Amino acid sequence: MEAKDKIIERILLLIAFSSISILGLIALFIFGEGLPLIWKVGPRAFILGERWVPSQGSFGILPMIVGSFWVTFGAILLGVPLGLACAIFLSEWTPPLIAMVLRPTIQLLAAIPSVIYGFWGLIILVPLVRNYLGGPGLSILSGSVILGFMILPTIISISEDSLRALPPYYKSGALALGATHWQAIWRVMVPAARSGIVASIILGMGRAIGETMAMIMILGNAVKMPTSFLDSARTLTTNIGIEMGYASGDHRQALFATGVILFLIIMILNSSAIALSRRRRS
Amino acid sequence: MSTVFSENLKAEVKNLSFFYNQVQALKHVNLPIAENRITALIGPSGCGKTTYLRCFNRMHDLYPGNRYEGEILLYPDQLNIVSSEVDPIEVRMRISMVFQKPNPFPKTVYENVAYGLRVRGERRKRLLDEKVEKALKQAALWDEVRDRIHDLAFNLSGGQQQRLCIARALATDPEILLFDEPTSALDPTATLKIEELIMQLKKDVTIIIVTHNMQQAARVSDYTAFMYLGEIIEFDKTEKIFTHPSKKLTEDYITGRFG
Ligand SMILES: Nc1ncnc2c1ncn2[C@@H]1O[C@H](COP(=O)(O)OP(=O)(O)OP(=O)(O)O)[C@@H](O)[C@H]1O
Ligand SMILES: [Mg+2]
Repeated sequence: MEAKDKIIERILLLIAFSSISILGLIALFIFGEGLPLIWKVGPRAFILGERWVPSQGSFGILPMIVGSFWVTFGAILLGVPLGLACAIFLSEWTPPLIAMVLRPTIQLLAAIPSVIYGFWGLIILVPLVRNYLGGPGLSILSGSVILGFMILPTIISISEDSLRALPPYYKSGALALGATHWQAIWRVMVPAARSGIVASIILGMGRAIGETMAMIMILGNAVKMPTSFLDSARTLTTNIGIEMGYASGDHRQALFATGVILFLIIMILNSSAIALSRRRRS
Repeated sequence: MSTVFSENLKAEVKNLSFFYNQVQALKHVNLPIAENRITALIGPSGCGKTTYLRCFNRMHDLYPGNRYEGEILLYPDQLNIVSSEVDPIEVRMRISMVFQKPNPFPKTVYENVAYGLRVRGERRKRLLDEKVEKALKQAALWDEVRDRIHDLAFNLSGGQQQRLCIARALATDPEILLFDEPTSALDPTATLKIEELIMQLKKDVTIIIVTHNMQQAARVSDYTAFMYLGEIIEFDKTEKIFTHPSKKLTEDYITGRFG
């Protein structure tokens, strides 16, 4: 029995290490390909440069960074209130039987391939924006709305879990003081579940910033500084997705360098999510 | 209910029955609650003490399928607390509760005490400050926390947390304060402090306390009701119950023959 346990332990350790080392290899590869170019162009010029014209050797990705943050911000603006409302509704007001149907349905939202979201956005949303709000329709606004829906499952399920994980005496304590159900939720339960909710938002942001396919289809991919929600834009991910197919030399390296920046942003987001959920448990 | 009752009544329980779905947990309970007195409820585990106490602020309404029968009249206006026509929130505005385990909210000391006032729509800072201070003083906690009322409540000791919960319940000037085994999670020193506090408080508020600890009931209460299997077996002045109980069952319980 002991020996068998040992073997199983070893195998699991090996698997764990190999997945970590794959992550490490990916990072190493991206950084190895991308960093030389960042040095060559200069980190400042690369990150803060506004011109991206690979054929002339100008590699400034600020418009993409700004584009990524704009769509992510827009997605959060839509996805967080909606997701939080759904989470509260599911954990506090939905009869168990209905919740049992709704929860897997929401999970299903996460299983829809992003190209389908993109397709739907292109056919329905883009014309609506073009006809009613103006601009090309292929815009940050359209992208944000689609992304907002795409991050809903993340925000709903993690927020709901953290609301349901609260000890029941927060709620009964609040109600016993004469609070209405809503006052108990808003003034006690949501603040108490705050770190979980914030973690869900950060993970949602990570998902939004990393989304590629749907954004290629909806954003219009213009390489210029966006100035309004109705402008076309390009994100870090779509920059890589669109140009990788034909890039070579410095251009190809610049795309890896774009990946480096993206990698760093996502690492920062994820580690803050982990730090927050740690704090929640302690 | 042998004695003639010569106190002012704050509430009167009349033929109260309570059901968890099909399970009857209280059976035709009658009990007077004297104003500005402490009424203790004792009885073996599972006899229905908590169930009974929770009728007073309608906490059973949180779960569907629970049902009250009979009435609890709240004086002076004879509001029937358990009537389905009465809004439970209106009841909880007048009758506050302190739970078995200290349950401060994950907020500051100040915000914990202010919570009941805030949900009543109170926004005036000066008034909130005053009421928070007054409640903390009433709960004998002010001197210990005056320098850290903006710290998280979790940083207080268990006994302080329970007094904080008492302050929180007092801040809204309730007419009745319910205690469900308020000291069972505390050490003897903290317990003693809470007991003293409860005796202090009766000049301001009518108190009903559930306790497992018979010495505690004997020490703090003016009246004691002995419950058994969902019924009130005996109710009388505390000294009478503990010295000359008139029922055999009561005597067996307080002498520790079961429970
Ligand atoms: N939510 C519930 N659903 C069904 N039955 C319940 C529920 N809560 C309590 N009961 C039952 O009602 C009876 C009275 O319970 P209650 O908690 O009032 O007892 P208690 O006197 O407070 O006991 P203790 O001294 O252990 O706290 C018990 O038989 C218990 O099993
Ligand atoms: Mg109990």
